[in-house]
Amino acid sequence: MNDVLDVALRLLALLLAFLVLPLVVGQTEHKVMAHMQGRLGPMYAGGFHGWAQLVADGVKFAQKEDVVPAGADRRIFQLAPAVALLPYLLVLVAIPIGPAEGAVGQFVDAGIFFVLAVMGVGVLGSLMAGWASANKFSLLGGLRTAAQLMAYELPMLLTAASVAMAAGTVSLPGILDAFEWWWVPWQIVGGVVFFTAGLAELQRPPFDAPVADSEIIFGAYTEYTGLRFALFLLAEYAGIVILCGLTTVLFLGGWHGPFADDLGWLWTLLKTAVLAFVVIWLRVTYPRLREDQLQRFAWTCLIPLSLAQIALTGVVKVVIS
Amino acid sequence: MSSAHALAAATGRELAGHGLAAAGHGFLSPTGVEIAFLLVGLATLGAAVVTVTTKQLVHAALWLVVTLGGLAVEYLLLTAEFIAWVQVLIYVGSVVVLLLFGLMLTKAPIGRSPDADSGNRPAALAVAIAAAAALVWVVVDAFRTTWIDLDKGVQGATAVTGDSLFRHWVLPFEALSVLLLAALVGAIVLSRKRGGTSGDKSATNSGKEKR
Repeated sequence: MNDVLDVALRLLALLLAFLVLPLVVGQTEHKVMAHMQGRLGPMYAGGFHGWAQLVADGVKFAQKEDVVPAGADRRIFQLAPAVALLPYLLVLVAIPIGPAEGAVGQFVDAGIFFVLAVMGVGVLGSLMAGWASANKFSLLGGLRTAAQLMAYELPMLLTAASVAMAAGTVSLPGILDAFEWWWVPWQIVGGVVFFTAGLAELQRPPFDAPVADSEIIFGAYTEYTGLRFALFLLAEYAGIVILCGLTTVLFLGGWHGPFADDLGWLWTLLKTAVLAFVVIWLRVTYPRLREDQLQRFAWTCLIPLSLAQIALTGVVKVVIS
Repeated sequence: MSSAHALAAATGRELAGHGLAAAGHGFLSPTGVEIAFLLVGLATLGAAVVTVTTKQLVHAALWLVVTLGGLAVEYLLLTAEFIAWVQVLIYVGSVVVLLLFGLMLTKAPIGRSPDADSGNRPAALAVAIAAAAALVWVVVDAFRTTWIDLDKGVQGATAVTGDSLFRHWVLPFEALSVLLLAALVGAIVLSRKRGGTSGDKSATNSGKEKR
């Protein structure tokens, strides 16, 4: 009975984190973007600095009519948001938050492969949405999504492999147990490549050509309204949380820091939050890359860099062992 | 086929040699895992059949996702966790995305495409049945009395897989990687436009950008 309770509590905590953290990132984005652009952002909803703006947005989305275009492939159109969102919920299970034995939703032996594999599945949701909408802009968005995924999945995998080589394990808690502070400068190139490729996989600016509003309206999500649209947005912000959490765990030492035994979870959250701030910052500061620039950047810049990182990791590993 | 047989048989012997064979396992008293394995297997088979019989091209690709995902679940139930996640990463995450990309680039109408049938159904069916029969025979022959003892820890863990891959099977592994490299180089050569005259120069450049 105790086991059942334990599992239930874990799942509840995960669900809560999954529902709250993306909203926090979204609200932060509202405010940070506004201040960077010399505005105030939401100020009224909820009273204090518009803290309840996203709750109000959620209520608004829930009230809207759920429209499916007449020419659309009905079932796939309706299924797509779930396919886009659920993988991120699954990934959250494997991310360790503290140094204790039970500070991870579920210990996954091949953790790196698990998170990267399941994150890749999420993109299928965008592809399904893009195809099933029966809309030229949506189809273009889906195409761009697929092209982007194929280009940026490789550097992500290669840099994650570099960390796995350094730690000698592919489980995420194992990597954190093996972590030393000098891994940060050692793996910094890999970290930057991983973070950048992850941004591209999430279709965040400056890699948001698949949803470029000035070219193809909103890409694969053009035809969506109401709750299903909100689910796609939630998937994007959940993706930011996951990407920042993963970068923290793989490259920034996760819970390592002063007083890690008691405050480990706080370090993880803090590092994740700083990275999420960087994601928002990049959105405000960088213009969108053109589609061919996107591809060239991945193949001629990120992949050679990640290969060089792997070579460096191998050389250092051989020298110190 | 005979080499595959030998390989499977060798793996079976190896498993048995490591003492994984739990003696005296009842055939008619299935455990929960075995029932789940059977049910997932049936679902996977159903999805595979729909994949090849549906008239809607993109639906076929999506049913392929279900099939490959079902296979990953089967690997998980056999405690081969690493293989399962690699299966999802490579097949669901990359191969199917590539397939969908190709479909969207060329022809992916919503609804049925009756012209998609090639008329080779009988031949395809014969080849499929022959391949399935050969595989089933090889697997049954190789692993007949081998049972995985689920209570003795994970035998398909990443460390175990890595050990056997790079100790016992390192030569096939390297041969495969050379084969893949050759395929990669071949693809690049094929996608490169021939020529060298000034008229072809722009075409060559655009070909380069695509890569």
